[in-house]
Formats: sequence, structure tokens, C-alpha cells
Amino acid sequence: MSQRFINWFKFASPASFYPLAGKAWPWFAALATAFCAAGLWISFFVAPTDFQQGEGYRIIFIHVPASWMSMFIYCVMAFWAAIGITFNTRLSGMMSSALAPTGALFAFISLWTGALWGKPMWGAWWVWDARLTSELILFFLYIGYIALTAAIDDPRRADKAGAIVALVGVVNVPIIYFSVKWWNTLHQGASVSLTKAPTMATTMLWGMLLMALAFWMYSIAIALYRVRAIILERERHTTWVAELPEMQR
Amino acid sequence: MNWGSASEFFAMGGYGLYVWGSFGVTAAALLIETLLARKRVADTRRALRRELAADRNDQD
Amino acid sequence: MKPRHKRFAIIVGGLAALGIAAALVLNAFQSNLVFFFTPTQVAGGEAPKGRAFRVGGLVKEGSLQRTDITARFVVTDTAKEIPVTYKGILPDLFSEGKGVVAQGSLGPDGQFTATEVLAKHDENYMPPEAKAAVDKAHEASRTLKQ
Repeated sequence: MSQRFINWFKFASPASFYPLAGKAWPWFAALATAFCAAGLWISFFVAPTDFQQGEGYRIIFIHVPASWMSMFIYCVMAFWAAIGITFNTRLSGMMSSALAPTGALFAFISLWTGALWGKPMWGAWWVWDARLTSELILFFLYIGYIALTAAIDDPRRADKAGAIVALVGVVNVPIIYFSVKWWNTLHQGASVSLTKAPTMATTMLWGMLLMALAFWMYSIAIALYRVRAIILERERHTTWVAELPEMQR
Repeated sequence: MNWGSASEFFAMGGYGLYVWGSFGVTAAALLIETLLARKRVADTRRALRRELAADRNDQD
Repeated sequence: MKPRHKRFAIIVGGLAALGIAAALVLNAFQSNLVFFFTPTQVAGGEAPKGRAFRVGGLVKEGSLQRTDITARFVVTDTAKEIPVTYKGILPDLFSEGKGVVAQGSLGPDGQFTATEVLAKHDENYMPPEAKAAVDKAHEASRTLKQ
């Protein structure tokens, strides 16, 4: 029992997480590429035309996975924030700041593809309905987190300030998710949810799930990749960094 | 198969601008993020190597 | 200014900017939380008077008339109805029996003059053949019940 406990904290130290992340990220990158290829193939060549939106509905294959990802990454950041505040671990803050740019990017993709979908189908690039507005707030929360942590020089204090933004902002995630149920919105309800059968043709659903998997793997790969730079920046004065093979000439 | 020809594929039933605008920007965004992350790792390593080399020279 | 004070100023400034952004967005959120009113709500006097608002529902089957660029149709929530006139281009998904959200104002004669019409679609995605099959099944179950 105690053995397992010690092992967990061993990987939570930047010195042992650095090589682990270095070994892991290429695998996730490879998986992302494979899922993306399969997902794109189904999205364009297998999934049929939609009965009301024609070929325009194919935007769903990136819009929905990107929106899911933007909400999920924020939850993961809030998780790391809670761990960081509770156990005072150094790695959690680094993971949060490694994830934030990717989360912001997916929030942006969600808004961008939504605008390109809304214009031809609804007749407007943007409307201030509850779903769109709450997703925009999520994007601002990511930007706020990045700006705040960048403005504070001491990394430990930057982590603490960022953790507060992450934990306070996470209340927005259920608001985004349930906005289409709680209020009258222009945005339609969920096609895929845990409580009812999906309201999509099976091949369409497969395309969407594969693209979602691809985005998951991409996010893990890029976060692991980026966290290595953050670890090096913050641990620059330690002996283990000086002894790394890539630091020798 | 949904498409009779390549031009039909690119037209996307009249929604080409919107569909390709979505997929294109997404691909570009992910590519740019990857390149920026690579640059960040490379820059950090280079700066650290220089720092460490300077330290070693001081000790000599 | 000492570095400590400067850092403090940056943090306060950052938090203030974040707070102002949040306040502005929440304000927009507050007035748009109810994106549209249903015809029943309008009939019940829930819609704001004297300013523009949105009405949402289904386009009543057989109610759409187009003359030049003017479209007339009836928005219904199956309980109450509102007649709408609109000058302009209708979105691709606008059709009878489908969801619609119109922004404009209600005249004293009960006529709603829209300045913008948006189509509201549902969360169902399927190929046309499947849609035809579903419609056929609905038709069959309806005839069976009668």
C-alpha cells in the first residue's frame, strides 16, 4: 500500500516526469494522427449527406469535438489547480499552464467553426444567446488565466493566482453544457448525451467520435510536449537539469 | 461514396466556403500551435545550454 | 516604484481587467438569457413593451406568402400564433414547419414586423433516405391509431 503511495509522488516530481513525458508524447502524437486520418475519411467519404443541412453539416465533425475539448481541458486545469492547492505540488501548476493555450485554442476553434456554421444555417455569424455567450466567457477565462500567470514573475505565486481563476471559472462549464436546456437559445440541443440515444445516423456519430478521440490525443501530446519546456524553464538551477544528456555538448 | 468528382467535393453542395473555412483554419491553428511549442522547447534548451556552459567556464 | 509594488499593480490591473470583462459579458448575458419569447409568452404580456424583442416558434404550415422581397408567415407554438412580416433574405433552413426566431417589434394591430429572421434547427442529423423512412413510419402509426 505504502509502496504504491510513494510511486505516485515519485512521478509527481518534475525530475522524473520530464523523461516520462518525453517518452510518452510521440505515442499520443501518433495516435492523434491515426484517429484524425480515420475521422476525416469517415467525415467526408462515409458519412452521408444530411436531410436538412446538406453538406454544410460536416462542420459538426470539428465543431462538436473542439467544443467538448475546450470544456474538458478547463475541467482538467481545475483538477490540477485543486491538487496544487491541496498538496502544494510543483508539477500541477506546470500542467495547468501547459494545458491553457490548447484549451484556449479549442475554445477559439469552437467559436470560429460555430460562426461559419451559423451564417448559412441560422442566418447570423453570431447571436448573444446563452450557449454562445457562455462559450465566449470560457475563451476569456483561458485568456485571463494565461495573462494573469504571465504577469506574475514568481512561478509559485503565478500558479496560485492561476489556480483561483481555474477553480472559480469552472462553474461556467456546466452552464455551457446545460444552457440549451435551461434557457431559450437559438443553438440546438445536444445530439449526443449520456441520458438518451444519439439523434444522429451511426456513421455520422462515428466520424464525430473519431475526431473527438483525435483531439484528445493531440491535446495530451501537445501538453506533455509543452510541459517539458516549462519544467526546464522553472528547474533551470537544479543539478538534475544540468546533468540531462541534452544539456551536455 | 458521396462525390462524383473533385470539383463536387470542393464545392460541398454550395457550402464549400464554410466547410473548408472551418477545416482549414482548424488545421492551420493546430499546426501553428505545434510549431510554437517546438520553438519554445528548442529556445529553452538553447538558452539553458548557454547558461550551463557559462557556469562551467566560470568554475574553470 | 519597488518591483514588489509594480508586481502588485500588475496583478490588481489584471484582475480588474478580468472583472470588467466578466461584468460586461454577464450584463449582455442577463439581457439575453431569454433569447426569444414564445407566442404564448407574448400573448401573456411577458415580452418587453416599447422595445424590440425576439419571438420564436415554428413557421405554421401553409402560412408562408412571398411577394417580391417581403415574406409573411405565422409563428406558432401550437397554442398561440403571431403573424410576422419581414423584408429581406431568409436563411437556408427557413421553411414551413421548422423552427424560427424573428427579431422586431409588435405593432398595435398584433402584427410583428421583423428586422432579422433566424432559422432554428433541431439536433437530428440523418441522411435523406432515413428521414423519408422515419416520416413514413410516423404516417403509418398515425393511420393505425385512427
